[in-house]
Amino acid sequence: MISLASEQLIILAIVLPLLAAVLIVLADKRPNLREAITLISASVVALLVIILATRINAGESPGFDVFDVVPGITVSFSIEPLGMLFALVAGTLWLVTSIYAIGYMRGHHEKNQTRFYAAFAIAISSTLAAAFSGNMFTLFLCYEILTLSTYPLVTHAGTAEAKRSGRIYLGILLGTSIGFQLLAILITWSVAGTLDFQQGGILAGKLDPAYAGILYALFIFGVGKAAIMPFHKWLPAAMVAPTPVSALLHAVAVVKTGVFTILKVTLYIFGSDFITSSGASDWIIWFAAVTILLASLIAMTKDNLKARLAYSTISQLSYIVLGALIAVEMSLVGASMHIAMHAFAKITLFFAAGAILVAAHKKNISDMGGLGRAMPFTFIAFTIGSLSIIGLPPFGGMWSKWYLALGMVQTEQWILLAVLMISSLLNIAYLLPISVRAFFAKPKEGVVYTEVKEAPLSMLIAIGLTSLACIVLFFYPDPFYNLAVDAATGR
Amino acid sequence: MIENHLSLLLVALPLLAAPIVAALPNGRLPWALSTLVSWSVCYLAAWQLMNVSSGQVISYELGGWAPPWGIEYRIDAANALVALIVSGIAALTLPYALKSVIKEIPQQQHALFYAAFMLCLTGLLGIAQTGDIFNLFVFLEISSLSSYALISLGKKRQALTAAYQYLIMGTIGATFFIIGVGLLYAMTGTLNMADLAQRLPELYEHRTIHTAFAFIMVGFALKLALFPLHLWLPNAYTYAPTVVTIFLAATATKVAVYVMLRMVFTVFGFSFIENTPTDELFLLLCVTGILSMSFYAIYQKDSKRLLAYSSVAQIAYMMLGIGLGSVLSVTATLVHLFNHALMKGALFMAIGALIYRVGSSRLEHFSGLGKQMPWTFAAIVIGGLSLIGVPGTAGFISKWYLVLAAIEQQHWLIVGVILMGSLLAVAYVWKMIEVLYFNATDEREQQNTAVKEAPLMMLIPMWVLVLANVYFGFNTELTVGTAEQAVKLLMPGAN
Repeated sequence: MISLASEQLIILAIVLPLLAAVLIVLADKRPNLREAITLISASVVALLVIILATRINAGESPGFDVFDVVPGITVSFSIEPLGMLFALVAGTLWLVTSIYAIGYMRGHHEKNQTRFYAAFAIAISSTLAAAFSGNMFTLFLCYEILTLSTYPLVTHAGTAEAKRSGRIYLGILLGTSIGFQLLAILITWSVAGTLDFQQGGILAGKLDPAYAGILYALFIFGVGKAAIMPFHKWLPAAMVAPTPVSALLHAVAVVKTGVFTILKVTLYIFGSDFITSSGASDWIIWFAAVTILLASLIAMTKDNLKARLAYSTISQLSYIVLGALIAVEMSLVGASMHIAMHAFAKITLFFAAGAILVAAHKKNISDMGGLGRAMPFTFIAFTIGSLSIIGLPPFGGMWSKWYLALGMVQTEQWILLAVLMISSLLNIAYLLPISVRAFFAKPKEGVVYTEVKEAPLSMLIAIGLTSLACIVLFFYPDPFYNLAVDAATGR
Repeated sequence: MIENHLSLLLVALPLLAAPIVAALPNGRLPWALSTLVSWSVCYLAAWQLMNVSSGQVISYELGGWAPPWGIEYRIDAANALVALIVSGIAALTLPYALKSVIKEIPQQQHALFYAAFMLCLTGLLGIAQTGDIFNLFVFLEISSLSSYALISLGKKRQALTAAYQYLIMGTIGATFFIIGVGLLYAMTGTLNMADLAQRLPELYEHRTIHTAFAFIMVGFALKLALFPLHLWLPNAYTYAPTVVTIFLAATATKVAVYVMLRMVFTVFGFSFIENTPTDELFLLLCVTGILSMSFYAIYQKDSKRLLAYSSVAQIAYMMLGIGLGSVLSVTATLVHLFNHALMKGALFMAIGALIYRVGSSRLEHFSGLGKQMPWTFAAIVIGGLSLIGVPGTAGFISKWYLVLAAIEQQHWLIVGVILMGSLLAVAYVWKMIEVLYFNATDEREQQNTAVKEAPLMMLIPMWVLVLANVYFGFNTELTVGTAEQAVKLLMPGAN
């Protein structure tokens, strides 16, 4: 595999999960074989993205066109540091999530597991393809495939509630992408005559700066996956899905495809210089700032653990959007790193939530008093994830917040800096009480946890890996840091 | 030898086959012969398209009489594309028809059914091929009369009323058209389209020409079901036998849109249209049509009727391209003509397979069938995505060009309406998908668990169209390439 050219590795990384989806369907009646296929392909994909990442770090920038759709519009793939960073996160976490999912799906006795694993593999394939997209058309194509392939995962339960959530999910994601994003892409195409991602953007000098704000807003709100208010409702709705889906897709792959798209548009369609010189982001910044605070406040009111985590994600995504909108080097480094840091921390929290559901059958935080003593491992991991989200040392989450704050200082955006600080306090207020309650509060009247044990081993392994990553990334953030700096400075 | 007479053979072959098919004994023979004919015609049409695809024009003199006295078949990229759509859909519909017709139409009428089908094919191909405006009327009547007969063969009694309704409206349309043709003939003394195009510019100011134009436009607006003249269409599509719905939905309205293109751009010329309120009127009707008909589609409880309303909305997209009148927009019209045939063909075939198994076209009777009929379900999903215009499907390409055309002219309202139409399409497509995907809660569930996947004879043509929807979403050489050639000839001054 080492001897293959990077272009071939890209194709392999995209095609392998698709192939796995087909094989999974064929292995319908043999669960062990089916899960083996998932694990093997996930391991290979993880290996592929790691090899690719080392090559990108060494200075390679592979890319190739697949074919022309209409003259000038090409399906093409290429890797630049930002896409590599995202692919590295998604590719490695797929393996961890697969290990977790096997324990969860069997432990929770879910139906239609074949459909689940197949749709999951397709979603990962489209996420990686989005990360490797060479132009806006290809990214949009992958973005839509990702939306559609996750629909069966969101509606997995098949209940009336799942159906309703599925409608919200599709309605907002397809609605914003067709209504705003596609329009923005078409306008870009008619103005610039190209959709290629280019260093420094393709619009500068071609688009009247007076209209830059409108076009930029169409892009930002067109990316519903970034969950900026008022287009955020789909994310809490998607929590009806099984926990592995919430963990990987709705804390990492899907939502990060959203913010990744925004970063791509900022860096390679507009160019950060054009954003700052035209003032395109001046008023959109406030949408992101309000989302950060409001989502944190709503999170505090949620008793359902997954709902609270969902609103926390909405708030954290807007950190990344904010970093993109400020569009200076430091903030872009912070935003790019937050893709990775938030991913590892939030997936830990969701893994823990799923473990609690499988082992103790508890969904609501108010019922979790004293549960920490029955499931110490899960709750310690949960605490680590929480602290990383809050951004305290020695956890990886500190770095991304650090660079975001530096960017705000550099541009003298004092109000935004205050938003960031208040939000960190709110993070403490809605995340830490969960651990505190679990470890120190007494169970409700008449509830005893003598029967409750930790979740199945495969889930614990996954939780252990991601929470360990949160700590390691504090001391060794280099893989992501290097890529983020390369992306922000346009190496 | 064959190549010289290609243009005529396309029309003559099904015409000659029709009486033979009618005379054959009921059974499989009529079906086999018509299928064979449709395949040969499809082959000829592809051959014809290859001959004109790089911008040539074939002029065929019928009976050796030189135009403008004799009838001329004048083939360029536009006709050839339409002829390929019509014959291609026929070639796919007929294999599919075997099982469906046995179930839906009494056996003693099979030979007559296939004969009428052949006549309908003749008429539609004739309209596409001919360069003579009166000859066009003759073929229009052949296709219309045979389609009235085909629709009336539907299983339910309402099929008769639906066919009757269509007959009345269709006849009014055809009458209007012939009145317009008469007026043109009175003024110019010619019926040949190319000849008319040369003679008309000097008469542009004449009121008779304006009257003729109005009659022709209204006449064909009725035939192609332009909102608000669409009232015959939902009933006709809903109550016709499934095979007929597939064929008519994918071809009949497309041919009418093609005639509209010919009339507007070749015969009268867009410079004439621009001095009349026609283009603004088209835009207004299309905008209201797209929005209102898509809304109607959302509230339908019958799958065929839902798709019928969707068709009316989609036709409005094509007319929008004519109304905008730019190179890009007419390209979009031609591309959508082709792509819409693919998506509606695929969708109606899939719905037909469901009807074949369940015996009803009402949505509530389909609940939970996605599990029993995964291939049919997948066909509906992909066809539906194409209808919405999701990237990676043929429908996206049409939308892409149409929106670009509107942006080019800074028609932001129209841009908004097209995108809004896509969102409404999400709603009505997902209505079908939800029913199939989620299990019902009532006793219907038990009934539907015994249902099997559709027979292979239905699945293969269905999936050919489904795959075509994906293929033409990525490779647009045939669709966009041909459309661009056609537009060069339709609008010679524009580029």
